[in-house]
Amino acid sequence: MDLILNRYRNLTALVAAILVQLVLLAYQVKSNQEVRLIRVWAVTAVTPLARLLEGGRSGSVNFFKDYFVLLDVREQNKRLQTDLNRVQLENQVLRSELDTAERGKALSVFQEQTQMKTVAARIIGNSPGSNGRVVLIDRGTGSGIQPGMAVITPDGIVGKIVSSYPTASNLLLITDPTFAAGVLSQKNRVHGTLKGTGNSNVIVDYVQNEQNVEIGEWFYTAGDDRIFPKGLQAGIVTAVRPGRTVKEIFLNPSGLQHGLEDVLVILEGDHKPIPDLPPVNQSVHLQPLPPTEGDPANPLNTAHASTNSGGAETDLDREVERTRRIGEDQKHVFGERGRGAPDFNRVPDPGATRPPAAAPPQAKPAAAVPTTPSATPSANQPRP
Amino acid sequence: MSDITAGFSEPPRRTKTAKFRWITLVGVPLAAILFQVYVPRFFTYLAYLELPLLVTVYFSLRRRSPPFGVLFGMCIGLTQDALWPGPSHPLGMYGIVKTLVGYFAASVSQRFEGSSALLRLVLAFFFFFFHQFFYWVLARALLGEAISFEPIQTLVLAVLNAAVAVPLFRILDKLDVTD
Repeated sequence: MDLILNRYRNLTALVAAILVQLVLLAYQVKSNQEVRLIRVWAVTAVTPLARLLEGGRSGSVNFFKDYFVLLDVREQNKRLQTDLNRVQLENQVLRSELDTAERGKALSVFQEQTQMKTVAARIIGNSPGSNGRVVLIDRGTGSGIQPGMAVITPDGIVGKIVSSYPTASNLLLITDPTFAAGVLSQKNRVHGTLKGTGNSNVIVDYVQNEQNVEIGEWFYTAGDDRIFPKGLQAGIVTAVRPGRTVKEIFLNPSGLQHGLEDVLVILEGDHKPIPDLPPVNQSVHLQPLPPTEGDPANPLNTAHASTNSGGAETDLDREVERTRRIGEDQKHVFGERGRGAPDFNRVPDPGATRPPAAAPPQAKPAAAVPTTPSATPSANQPRP
Repeated sequence: MSDITAGFSEPPRRTKTAKFRWITLVGVPLAAILFQVYVPRFFTYLAYLELPLLVTVYFSLRRRSPPFGVLFGMCIGLTQDALWPGPSHPLGMYGIVKTLVGYFAASVSQRFEGSSALLRLVLAFFFFFFHQFFYWVLARALLGEAISFEPIQTLVLAVLNAAVAVPLFRILDKLDVTD
């Protein structure tokens, strides 16, 4: 026996290694459990290195931009971008308020939205396989993240947590072929299952050929999978064609539209109704205003403060009131064709003091998110 | 059987076995895996570069020892598996494939001169295709996954990986501490 083993030493080593791994595979498949210890070791070994690399990269890039190329232009650009975002937000409010009288609904949506408990996370790595759609985020069980939790961006759903470790978690993107979630179309209330395809598109499966789905229609999460709360944007239909047994529906996932850098993991979700109005009449949900960065003399902030005394209860009220006052001050009639827009940089009352900024519901990366107009789920609807 | 294995158990005939520091044997594969985890975030097209595979091929070729190739490939493959979570990818998928790659690469090196650029190009091409194909076979046969295999795309990627392998192997040659 020893002679044979010695003679076929190489083959013996190969067969032993393959056998060990086959047994390991069989155990995992049979018991439907993963060998957690090995994964924890591997993730814990790689996470600090990935963080170090990411820190080094972002640090050196910022250093280069700040000190060698643009000096303080980057800071100024950030300030201008904040102003621009604020103005765009105001335009959204105006358009919404002129289009629809359902302000109460907008407020209700806003209040419901803020009830969701989330934790912000940053993506620090991809899956090691060349065809993987799994990414590594820098939050783990230490932040309360557990497998099965939904992950979103303000633009829509992104994926779900498939495994969590003390310092990091694995996020399965909705484009992965193994991903599935229940979805519901906005217009025709068609139920289906959203599945990844392995590329940038996703499909909605199990929709009968007789059911009506149109190109440009939005799909929202249905909430029946018990992962994603109902009412989150999933994507917009880009192609529909009848299949052999069920319809072939292709979606452009809205959550991945602007790339993936920071995401929100939903710790406690809340279900919302799916909006049934066409996008043109839809109320716009607004996130709280971003906290301004140490500039109490900012005229926009002072204007914001000045409107705060008018009995307004929410930021939306204050924004509407302020916009109305700017319009009155410049004798601008909103909604009249050919009049353009008023100058939002000219504020009627720059002398007022600034109130404390509304605290964002989540940690630092997400705090910057609400400043963009796309940060509102319903604000992403196509406009006429 | 004895014909097949006889050549493999013979001592190297042409050149001697390369030696590497232990830190090289640990650090280079770790860097390759880290590259695959981190860099495609910023350069998506680099996700198709299978650096852990190329590293497996290289060290197996240079060490000329099938048991070493088996162990080395298994470790790299299992680490990759461990970083790819969930029931859709159990531990051992990449492990088995890279174990075979390590074994075959080390076996080939006992027959041929492993420092030839042309041979390296051909081997990197062949092993990439083998790696992708065998992974597909395992996923279908063992896990029952209905994933597709695209031969043309795989061939193109094999050419790209082979093109990267030649200069990469040349760089890794500098880490050889053989006198």
